[in-house]
Amino acid sequence: MSREEEIKEGLYEHTLVGEAPEVIALTQEGIDLGMDPLDILFGALIPSLQEVGRLFEIGEYFVPEMLVAARAMQGAMALLRPLLADKGAEPIGKVVMLTVKGDVHDIGKNLCNIMLEGEGFEIVDLGVNVKPEEVVAAVREHDPQLLGFSAFLTTTMPFFKSNLAALEKADLRDKVKVMVGGAPVTQEYADSVGADGFAPDASAAVRLAKQLMIDMGYDISMGGDSEGASALASAVQAVEEMMVKAGADH
Amino acid sequence: MDTVISSAKKTVVIGPDHPFVIIGERINPTGRKVLTAQMIDRNMSMVCRDARRQVEAAAHILDVNAGVPVDGVESEILQLAINAVQQTVDVPISIDSSVVDALAAGLSVYEGKALVNSVTYEEERLETVLPLVKKYGAAVVGVANDDSGISNDPQERLRIATLLVERAADHGIPAADVVIDPLALTVSADDNACMITLETIRLIRENLGVNMTCGASNISFGLPWRPAVNAAFLSMAIAAGLTSAITNPLEAEIRRTIYAADLLMGHDAYAGNLIQAFRAEKRNTGRE
Repeated sequence: MSREEEIKEGLYEHTLVGEAPEVIALTQEGIDLGMDPLDILFGALIPSLQEVGRLFEIGEYFVPEMLVAARAMQGAMALLRPLLADKGAEPIGKVVMLTVKGDVHDIGKNLCNIMLEGEGFEIVDLGVNVKPEEVVAAVREHDPQLLGFSAFLTTTMPFFKSNLAALEKADLRDKVKVMVGGAPVTQEYADSVGADGFAPDASAAVRLAKQLMIDMGYDISMGGDSEGASALASAVQAVEEMMVKAGADH
Repeated sequence: MDTVISSAKKTVVIGPDHPFVIIGERINPTGRKVLTAQMIDRNMSMVCRDARRQVEAAAHILDVNAGVPVDGVESEILQLAINAVQQTVDVPISIDSSVVDALAAGLSVYEGKALVNSVTYEEERLETVLPLVKKYGAAVVGVANDDSGISNDPQERLRIATLLVERAADHGIPAADVVIDPLALTVSADDNACMITLETIRLIRENLGVNMTCGASNISFGLPWRPAVNAAFLSMAIAAGLTSAITNPLEAEIRRTIYAADLLMGHDAYAGNLIQAFRAEKRNTGRE
């Protein structure tokens, strides 16, 4: 087995058990050896995360195991991101993501971030408990095409509407498309508050984000190879669905 | 310090020298498809069933939340749910919403002294929720976070709790009617989360002496053995000074652990409550 193959196998195994230092070291070694960053991403990291999703779906894996795997993946992404950009893989769009005011649940949002980033989006993460005025300020500062609101509680979902009203008042509503999601959110609710789209899981969020970009007239054919992308999407779908169930089972 | 909550027919005392108060968490549409659909249809049959079952399982107070994913209907559904619960069981109610109008609507139909769940230390929340609490002579859950979010520093949570008690006093609400939520976050995301909560509980008990409650099921989100994790957390939190929790009494592990903790805390003379609960469970099992 060549060192390159060993590295990919190591990345797969260490991501699966969420060992970030090993994943980062192997990613750096692969980069130093001149490996294709897309091969590292789609040949090792994403299949591993896909397996994490499968294990979660069948009840073998639990949230902490998914989180450490996702963190290991993020560590590798930090190294790969500039190289992917160098390869001419321009971001296909910019997304500002946040958990609404009064809500501190970020696990689902963070998974969406990782997946959207894997698909070639640039993510600006505002974190949790984000107030409407901060949403407005972020849209002014970052000028994104897309905005993603997450709420995990029925009691915080009304802030979708507050955020949209704040954007309207600031004359920014037409500048961005707004996607919403989170455990208790439904398509009907998204429609009723005037969002541009709803995604029940991270995979759907990726599809929705792309569709909204197309609707706005952008060419999004630049993003990574589509086969890997859809594999990623399906992996994440499994992960996300289970996340929702884990949150809702009690 | 004792916090007294009441319905038309029943009074519940939350306090360090009283048995731990279980606030039943089940009447909440979050993550419950059938309950959500029924609430939207203004059908209160599952609300009534959940009320009865939780009271049978020793809930002292019932939390009622009607935050369905439909815009603009929460106030109306919350009123219907509160009325349904009042007609079904005798226990007092914790009126749960982040929408101030819904809290007002709920309070207007409630008979007794309610627990309002909740207010955070955020200006607009304080200035809208506290006047309502005062107007209806209710008690209020004060959550130990402010505009900047939830701190991981127990001293900071204590500082916010202190400010909450002071602000309530400014509105004429005595400290006995402020029940602080020290905040329990999931250990799935941070394995130090429980220790932060326990330290916050100790600090609040020593420095403020007010009663405390928290959403105990958060602690185990995303884990296997959730009832066991919740029960372990509750017994630790009770030892640290937690006097009440919003939890699921239908889980035997949680219910029994609370009885056991009460006994071990010296709040159940001759294990009377524990033995009675044991007999009741045995009778119910025999019936099934």
